[in-house]
Amino acid sequence: MDKVLNESESQFFSGKKSASEIKGKIFMGITQLAVILIIAVLFIILGIIVYEGKSKFSWEFISTFPTNGMTEGGIFPALIGTFILVIVMSIAAVPFGTITALYLTEYASEKSKFAAAVRFSVRTLAVVPSIIFGLFGLGFFIQFVGAGADTVFNGGELRWGQPNILWASLTMSLLTLPVIIVSVEESLKTIPREMREASLALGATKWQTIRKVVLPESISGIMTGTILAVSRGAGEVAPILFTGAAYYLATLPGSLSDQFMNLGYHIYIMSTQSSDVEKTMPIQFATTLVLLVLTLSLNVVAVIIRSRIRRKAK
Amino acid sequence: MFILNEFQINKMNSQLPIKQTFTKESLKKQFRLSEFLAEKVISSIAFLSIAVIFLIFIFVFKESLPLFNFGKSDKAKTEIQASNVGKPESYGAGAEELKPESYGSEATKELKPETYGSEPTEELKPETYGSEPASNEDLKPESYGDTPKEDLTVPATDETTTVSESKEEGKTWNTFLSIEWVPVSDNPRYGLIALLIGTLKVTIIAMLIAGPLAVLAALFTSCFASKRTKEIIKPVIEMLAAFPSVVIGFFALMVLASFFQNVFGYDSRLNAFIGGVAMALAAIPIIYTISEDALASVPKTYTEASLALGASKWQTAFFVVLPAATPGIFAALLLGVGRVFGETMIALMATGNAALISANPFESVRTFAATIGSEMAETVFGETHYSVLFFIGSLLFIFSFALNAIAEFYVKGKLLKKFQGN
Repeated sequence: MDKVLNESESQFFSGKKSASEIKGKIFMGITQLAVILIIAVLFIILGIIVYEGKSKFSWEFISTFPTNGMTEGGIFPALIGTFILVIVMSIAAVPFGTITALYLTEYASEKSKFAAAVRFSVRTLAVVPSIIFGLFGLGFFIQFVGAGADTVFNGGELRWGQPNILWASLTMSLLTLPVIIVSVEESLKTIPREMREASLALGATKWQTIRKVVLPESISGIMTGTILAVSRGAGEVAPILFTGAAYYLATLPGSLSDQFMNLGYHIYIMSTQSSDVEKTMPIQFATTLVLLVLTLSLNVVAVIIRSRIRRKAK
Repeated sequence: MFILNEFQINKMNSQLPIKQTFTKESLKKQFRLSEFLAEKVISSIAFLSIAVIFLIFIFVFKESLPLFNFGKSDKAKTEIQASNVGKPESYGAGAEELKPESYGSEATKELKPETYGSEPTEELKPETYGSEPASNEDLKPESYGDTPKEDLTVPATDETTTVSESKEEGKTWNTFLSIEWVPVSDNPRYGLIALLIGTLKVTIIAMLIAGPLAVLAALFTSCFASKRTKEIIKPVIEMLAAFPSVVIGFFALMVLASFFQNVFGYDSRLNAFIGGVAMALAAIPIIYTISEDALASVPKTYTEASLALGASKWQTAFFVVLPAATPGIFAALLLGVGRVFGETMIALMATGNAALISANPFESVRTFAATIGSEMAETVFGETHYSVLFFIGSLLFIFSFALNAIAEFYVKGKLLKKFQGN
C-alpha cells in the first residue's frame, strides 16, 4: 500500500497529526476570520450610519420639503418620488415577471431551447450593469418611444420625449425583472406535483389548473419577489440618473410625465454636488439612514416569507 | 370550470356513457381557444426577456453608431455644436428623434443596425450634410431636433466642409487610443485607454479584497459551520447585497476615505483604493452566495469518502471540496468582476473621477461606468461625446454579457462533467 501512495498522499495520510491539526486550526481560523470580518464591516457601516443619522432623523425630517437651497429641511419629495417610482415599477414588472416564471415552470419542457434562451436572458439581465439600463432608458424609452409618442399623439409637442417618472420606472422594472422571476420560479417549484396532477385528473385544463391551483399557491412567492424588487428599485440610482431623477423640485410630481426626486439620487447629489457638503452632512446621513432602513426592512420581510415557503416545502 | 360542468352534465344524462366516451376520438386532445391563447400569450411574454436583451444591445449600440460612420455625419454635428449653431426647428419633430444620428439617407440603417456597413446609403450622404453648417443660423446648443428631413430639404452642397469633417472623424478614432480623456474642449480627446486602466485598477483592487474574503467565508459556511451558525451567517452576509450601492458609495466617501487617509497619509482623499474597497463590499455578497452554492452542491459522497479515508475536516475542505467546486467559484469570481466593472455609483462617489494614469493605487481614477454616469447629463443629444459615451456603454454591455456567458456555459459544462461524467 505504501508503495502506491505518492509523496503528497503519504504526507496526507501520515501520522503527523499534530502538525496537520495545527495547520487545520489555522486554516479554519482564517476562514472564520473572513466571516467575522465581513459581518463586522457590515455592522460597522450600519452602526456609523445609524449613529450619524439619528440626530436628524425625525418625523419632521421625512415629512417636510428641503428648504434654503437644500441645506435644511426634510426629504419628503424624495421619499414620495421613490414611492411612486417603485409602485409604477412593480405594476410593470410583477405581471411580466410572474408570467415569465409561469412559462418557465409550467409550460416549458425540460429540453426546450427557447426556455433555455429565456433563462439565459434573465440571468444576463441580472448581471448587466445598472448604468446600461440607464442608457437603454434614454435611448429606447425617451428618444424612441417617448419622442415617437409625442410625434404621433402630441403633434410634436415635447411631453413624453424627455426624462420623466414613467420612463424611469419602466427602466427600473427591467432591472428588477430577474429578481421577480427568480423568486416566483422558486416558489412555483415548491408546489407539489400532486396538486397539479389532481387538478388535471379532475378534468381541469392546464390554464384552469394554473389559474385556480398554481397561482393561489404561489402568492407568497410573488410577494417575496415584489418586495425584493421594490427594495432593489428603491436603492438603485444609476438607471434613473438620466431617465427622470431631478435635482430639486418644488412640487410633488403630478403626473407620470413629470420628473421626480429620489432618495438615492438625493444622497448622491447632496454628497457630491451640494453647495455646502460639510453643513448638510447630518441631512445626508439621515437620508442614507432612511434609505437603508427602507431597503433592509423590506429585505428582512422578504427573507422571512421566503424561509417560510422553504419550510413549508420541506 | 365551465368545461368540467359540461362534462358532468353529460355524464349524468346518459347512464352508460363511460365506455363510449373513451373512444379514440374523444381521447384526442381537444382544441380549446382559451388554452391556446393562454399558452401563446404566456410564451410570448416570456420571449420579452430575450427581446429586452436584444433591444438593450441594439439601442445602446445604435446611439454610438455615428462613430462608425466614417461618412462623417456626426462630425458635422459636433462642429455645429462647437460653433454653437444648432437647428432652429428643434424639439418639435419627433421623427428625427427616433433616429438621432441618421442624417437623411440612413433611415433604413437605423432599423437594422447590423447592416450599417452598407455602402449605397453612405454614398448619398455627402451632399446632404454638407449643407448643415449652411443651414443653421440659430444659437441653440441643445440641438435636439436636427431632422433628417431638414437636411434633405436644404440642397446646398459644400465639399470642403465634408472633407474637413472626414478628417476629424478619423481623429475621434485615433484619440480612442490616446491616454487623455478630455471630452469637453476645442480639441476633444476620447482616450479610452485612460479609462480602461482606471477601471482595471479599481477592479483588481476590489477583487483582491473581495475574492479571498468571500471564498473563504463561503468555505467556512459550507464546510465548518454548524447548521445553526450557517442559518445566521448566510442571511446576514446576503443582507450586504441589500445595501444600495449609493449607500456603500456614500459610506466610502464620508467615512472610509477619511479613515484610510489618516492611516496611510496619501494626498488625494478619493482614489482607486477607496473605490476598490467600497466595490469589494458590493462584490462580496455575490461571490459569497455563488461560491457557497457551488461548495454546497459538491456531492456528499465526496466529503464522506474523504472523511472515511481518515482525512480531517480541514483536509477534506481544502483538498476535496474546494477543488471539486473550483468551476463554480470561478464563475462566482467572474460575476464579481462583472459587478465591479460596471458599478457606477460607488465609482462616481469614491474614486475621485480623475483620469490619471499611474501604478499608484492611491491616485484618483475614472472608470468607464462613472464616466457615463457623470457626463451623460452634460452632453448634447447626438454629438460625438454623446456617441462615445454610448459606445462605452456598448463595450460594458458586451463585456458583462460575455462574462455571464462564460460563467454560464463553460463552468456549467465543466461542473456537469465532473459530477456526472464518472
